[in-house]
Amino acid sequence: MSEGAVILSGPPPAARAQSAVGEGRAVRWTLIAVAIVFLALFLVLPMLTIFVQAFSKGWETYLATFREPDAIAAVKLTLTVAAIAVPFNLVFGVAAAWAIAKFEFPGKSLLVTLIDLPFSVSPVVSGLIYVLVFGSQGVFGGFFAAHGIQILFALPGIVLATIFVTFPFVARELIPLMQEQGTAEEEAALTLGASGLWAFLTVTLPNIRWGLLYSVLLCNARAMGEFGAVSVVSGHIRGLTNTIPLHVEILYNEYNFVAAFAVASLLAGLALVTLLLKSVLEWRYAGELAAGGRH
Amino acid sequence: MTEPHKPRWHFRRPSVIPGFGITFGYTLTCLSLVVLLPLAALVWRASGLGLSGIIDVARDPRVASALKISFGVSLLAALTASIFGFVVAWVLTRYRFPGRRIVDATVDLPFALPTAVAGIALASLYAPTGLVGAQLERIGIQAAYTPVGIFIAMVFIGLPFAVRTVQPLIAEIDKEVEEASATLGASRRATLVKVVLPPLIPAVLTGFALAFARGVGEYGSIIFIAGNLPYVSEIAPLLIVIKLSEYDYAGAAAIATIMLGISFLTLLAINLIQAWSRRRFGYV
Amino acid sequence: MLALGLALCTALPVGASAQSELLNVSYDPTRELYRDVNAAFAAEWKAKTGQDITVRASHGGSGSQARTVIDGVPADVVTLGIPSDIDAIAKISKKINADWRTKLPNQGLPYTSTVVFLVRKGNPKGVKDWADLAKPDIKVITPNPKTSAGGRWNFLAAWGYAYERDGKDTAKADAFVGQIYKNVPVLDTGARGSTVTFAQRGLGDVLPAWENEAFLVLQEFGADKFDIVVPPVSIYAEPPVALVDANVDAKGTRKQAEAYLQFLFSDKAQAIFAKHRYRPIKREAADPKDLALLPEIKLFKIEDLQGDWDTIQKKNFDNGGLFDQLSKAGR
Repeated sequence: MSEGAVILSGPPPAARAQSAVGEGRAVRWTLIAVAIVFLALFLVLPMLTIFVQAFSKGWETYLATFREPDAIAAVKLTLTVAAIAVPFNLVFGVAAAWAIAKFEFPGKSLLVTLIDLPFSVSPVVSGLIYVLVFGSQGVFGGFFAAHGIQILFALPGIVLATIFVTFPFVARELIPLMQEQGTAEEEAALTLGASGLWAFLTVTLPNIRWGLLYSVLLCNARAMGEFGAVSVVSGHIRGLTNTIPLHVEILYNEYNFVAAFAVASLLAGLALVTLLLKSVLEWRYAGELAAGGRH
Repeated sequence: MTEPHKPRWHFRRPSVIPGFGITFGYTLTCLSLVVLLPLAALVWRASGLGLSGIIDVARDPRVASALKISFGVSLLAALTASIFGFVVAWVLTRYRFPGRRIVDATVDLPFALPTAVAGIALASLYAPTGLVGAQLERIGIQAAYTPVGIFIAMVFIGLPFAVRTVQPLIAEIDKEVEEASATLGASRRATLVKVVLPPLIPAVLTGFALAFARGVGEYGSIIFIAGNLPYVSEIAPLLIVIKLSEYDYAGAAAIATIMLGISFLTLLAINLIQAWSRRRFGYV
Repeated sequence: MLALGLALCTALPVGASAQSELLNVSYDPTRELYRDVNAAFAAEWKAKTGQDITVRASHGGSGSQARTVIDGVPADVVTLGIPSDIDAIAKISKKINADWRTKLPNQGLPYTSTVVFLVRKGNPKGVKDWADLAKPDIKVITPNPKTSAGGRWNFLAAWGYAYERDGKDTAKADAFVGQIYKNVPVLDTGARGSTVTFAQRGLGDVLPAWENEAFLVLQEFGADKFDIVVPPVSIYAEPPVALVDANVDAKGTRKQAEAYLQFLFSDKAQAIFAKHRYRPIKREAADPKDLALLPEIKLFKIEDLQGDWDTIQKKNFDNGGLFDQLSKAGR
């Protein structure tokens, strides 16, 4: 990086104020180019590949993929799993954020760390722990088998693994947000005679709604896309316990590459929509999102 | 923890805000059932081997090399992601150029894109028959099905962490301090090295640690692009799956426990960095 | 809210296990095969009993599949790639009775198969026999024998070849297999993964593969890209089937599951096996045109060389077995 560039080329009049604290034009554009090339190689090209491959045999083949009963079953299962896991983590996240952000108690940072733990646990380990608990050889395996309840290799196991990997999403977004907002507004509402629940609904909720939406968005994307953990607990039964990501793997292993990428494009599309909504949220409501550096 | 009614000491500081009992209880219940209990089952299963047994598993050459590959490549990938992530974050916050907002949104792609989808996409792109892979092959680099493939996948998933932890802090740097430094005659390089960068270090380290933690545990995207060859390109999470297929539950649990210990240490490191940063710079 | 949370935190009972549904847990390359077989069985069951039946299938590396059955996949029948995987289910989980081999015709083998070589068009490396796989300038693609039955058959076939060639010398055979695995750049977890690596990703010079898989590749990827090389001698591969006793009794599907397994030995199913390039045990039931495509190979049984399946599994694939020693030495 050449700091002399500024002096040599002379600052353009318009950028005068910035020149003292900025880099020269050449450095600037080099950095921009490096950033863009890097992102293109690692992020954009893979994304494009999915769509190029998905449509490589035309629209007809693309659409035919989704008429397969197994594909339809996979989409339904994924939607079901997300419909259970996301609301669960939503309720949990709000409760945890309320307890942690609005009160002072010892051991708080340990609690936050424990909530965070699933973030850094390998997805495979997340699946493994449920095998060790609910598998026939596991801790409670015999109990559930004796009562005819199938947990692993069925919907409950997939839901549990999904809840585990998405566990911190909502709580992590809301805790700093609610901490920043403090308790003054709720206290005012309570003084005016509102019940606790009413204060939460009319004061807290409106304050955190965008953060909540934001976190639900990311939680949902992860819930629908989880592969490692679900693959360990699913059993890969066609039409029954295959989620969309697992169906992608199956098609891929059946030499059905175009179909694999077609189904993958569904998830990629979901990712794009998620990013779009996320950007809109960040752009419009930056002030009401913790990440945006409020106040 | 169970005595909230002692007259002189309260478990939580008194407050007029209601709902502590129910939300705290609910949080603990869910945390226990979803996270702690299953993790305890894992540790319990591994403890059947005893500490020496776990160490033996870790010392098994194949396990040791898988752990080495997972941690080694992940360190490299996190380093790469941190360096380029810093450049990306800097460019995105400091410079104005057409399409900046789109580039900014792109960074989060790995957050939203399922890992398996990323895996097949990266594999088909970096394979010798792929668009980028063919070019790399020409200069003698085989990317897919080698440790390079693992590296690529790990950079992919680690990048957003590296960018997003640094970005808000770059935005908050007080330009007046920089201007003051410049006015006082410091060169641009000196200003960068002595004034701009030091407060960013904790954030860079946090981003590095997060990218590292994700990389170590990553499975979905890597198995498609790595060769999965023992001692060369076999990662620790895959070895867990293989151990499971061999009905070696204790061995799988042992590797998982080792990885769990490392993730816990990484989280601890992040917390320490942030505590240090709070003391040193007054913010996280 | 707490009660709701608890209900969600713990398990949701499932309303699955409708009795007109069977689950066949199978190994990797049988995806296309059982799609046809299951449809044929459903049609026959309907004609015989008037009831509808759906047979679901799950596919993956044979070892991984056995593991999921041990852990509780509600499989009614297993159709795996190698006898030792069914033995493992019987031994570890007791869900299959130890005498499973005696319950069905032909030791539970509705068909057999063997290992042939798939090479790139024109066979540029001139691969003709197992000895060529051990040459230094050749790249061999084969799945991980720890998780894949196909991987184990490849391993055993190479071993048996060298054992016979070098005057029944175990040490020489072990070393020969080690030579081959030095030439392996990628170990996928299942046979399918290896095929994709070889055929789609263009890695390696030769893919020792299930005979049926090799034919399928020609069909899926085009016969203009690959050739099948038939070695003079190969292994008699035995992919057996068995009833999962504990599961069918729990689900009340024993009758259907037994009928399904018997169906595999019927003329109709045997013809389907031949159509998918497996070797039916009732050759007379198959279309002669299908049979004509299966080449004459001298086949040996690994049990004749190494002993029973417990011994084979222990010697080669268990922790610390030959494969572990070889990969340790070969790194």
